[in-house]
This record gives sequence, structure tokens and C-alpha cells, in this order.
Amino acid sequence: MKNEMQLQFLAVSQNESFARVAVAAFVAQLDPTLDEITEIKTVVSEAVTNAIIHGYENQGEGIISVKVKIEGSVVEMEIRDQGVGIPDIEEAKQPLFTTKPELERSGMGFTIMENFTDEMTIESKPKEGTVVKLKKRLSKTKAPCN
Amino acid sequence: MSLGIDLEVKQSVLIVRLSGELDHHTSDQVREQVSEAIEKWNIHHLVMNLKNLEFMDSSGLGVILGRYKQIKQFGGDLIVCSLTPSVERLFNMSGLFKIIRLEETEEIALTRLGVGK
Repeated sequence: MKNEMQLQFLAVSQNESFARVAVAAFVAQLDPTLDEITEIKTVVSEAVTNAIIHGYENQGEGIISVKVKIEGSVVEMEIRDQGVGIPDIEEAKQPLFTTKPELERSGMGFTIMENFTDEMTIESKPKEGTVVKLKKRLSKTKAPCN
Repeated sequence: MSLGIDLEVKQSVLIVRLSGELDHHTSDQVREQVSEAIEKWNIHHLVMNLKNLEFMDSSGLGVILGRYKQIKQFGGDLIVCSLTPSVERLFNMSGLFKIIRLEETEEIALTRLGVGK
């Protein structure tokens, strides 16, 4: 099966749940397990939250786009912003690293994205924005579906 | 889907029961309501019951760690209890169990803090 979708929405925190629920609903056609659904919702939530807080610095402005492609049992997700960009990607990927401890950020976003997917790539340019690409291969064993 | 926050005070322990979805958007409500209750009721310890939390991401870890630091300032303790497997997985990944105690149920957590029935 091959399919594709794209969402664009304003970088406000209300849209975090919208984005993860929409992506989970789209991926549901592959019959993922409950764990896989949770993992997909979590990584989308992490990437979108990063775009809102860090990319657009919580200004409530700017557009985030989420593209999802499915092919066979592989899900490819792309979360893109045109925000401030990440000055040092390797540093940002370190567990517990955060530039905003005053906002009670845990610094675990990229660690979770890396753990819950099979492949993560980050492209970023200062003042131009960030693209996070996540690839996840779903297991063949399906959860019982009612 | 939003977050439900239920607060109850037993002696000097604040019990925080969360239900629904804890993300960046809803974590602000937890921070505000719990911080306010800690000051208002002269709270010494916190128990966070996450039994009915259907979704949590790293923003949830951040706000829980923030409350741990807040209560620790006054020498208090924070215990989390009744974690779902997916929430427990995030705690494990972040190493938060090295500083935050986990108990199986709310009753056990309260007993650990010296609160009887």
C-alpha cells in the first residue's frame, strides 16, 4: 500500500494534540499495534512541540507542516518549520540537553524520537528552519482489531 | 482530548491525579495548579497518580521534574504511582527514576509518606 498526506497548521500548542491524532489516524490504515500508535503519537508530539517552542520561540506565529508517507509497512514522517533553526544539532540531540530549562523542558525530545523510530535525520539552517525526518518500520504482527 | 487534574490534600500531602493527555499545551495547567496548591495548603510532599493518563510526552517529564525540584526545596518528597507501561517507558528512558520514587499504588505511596487511611 502506498499513500501520502500533508498537514499545515499554525504553531500554537493547541495543535500538538491535533497533529499527533491526525497522523495516528492516517497511519491506522496499516493496522499498527497499540504500542506503535503510541510511539508515533509521541514522536509527532515531540517534533511539533520543538517547532513551536524552539523553532518559532513560542510566538504563536509561523506554520508547521507535517508530511506522512506510507509504503508497505514503512511510515515516513517529516515535520518542518521555518523558524530560527538549530545552531548545533549534535548538542541538541544529547539526552537532557535543553536551551530552555526555565520552561521546565526535559531535554528528552530527540532522544525519544530516536528511540521510538528506526531512523531520524535532522536538517537545520539558522534563520531558515528545521526539518525532522523520522522513519518507522511497523511490525508484521498485528494487534487484535475490534 | 484534554487533561483532567484532580487535587486532594491528605495531611500535608498533595495528591495529584491526572487523566487524559499531558503534553506541552496541558503541562502549563499542571504547573500552575500544583504550584498554587503547594503554597496555599502548606504542602510538604507530593503524590502524582498517573493511572488514567492516556498520553504523555517529554513535556510531561519536564513538568513532573519541575514539581520535584519545587517540593525538594522545602525538603519534601515526590512519589509517582500507578504508571501505565508507556509512561513508565518514558521515565526509564530519561533516568528520572534515579531521583523520583515510584510506587505501585496511591495507598502505598501515601503509606511511604506516613499518611494513614
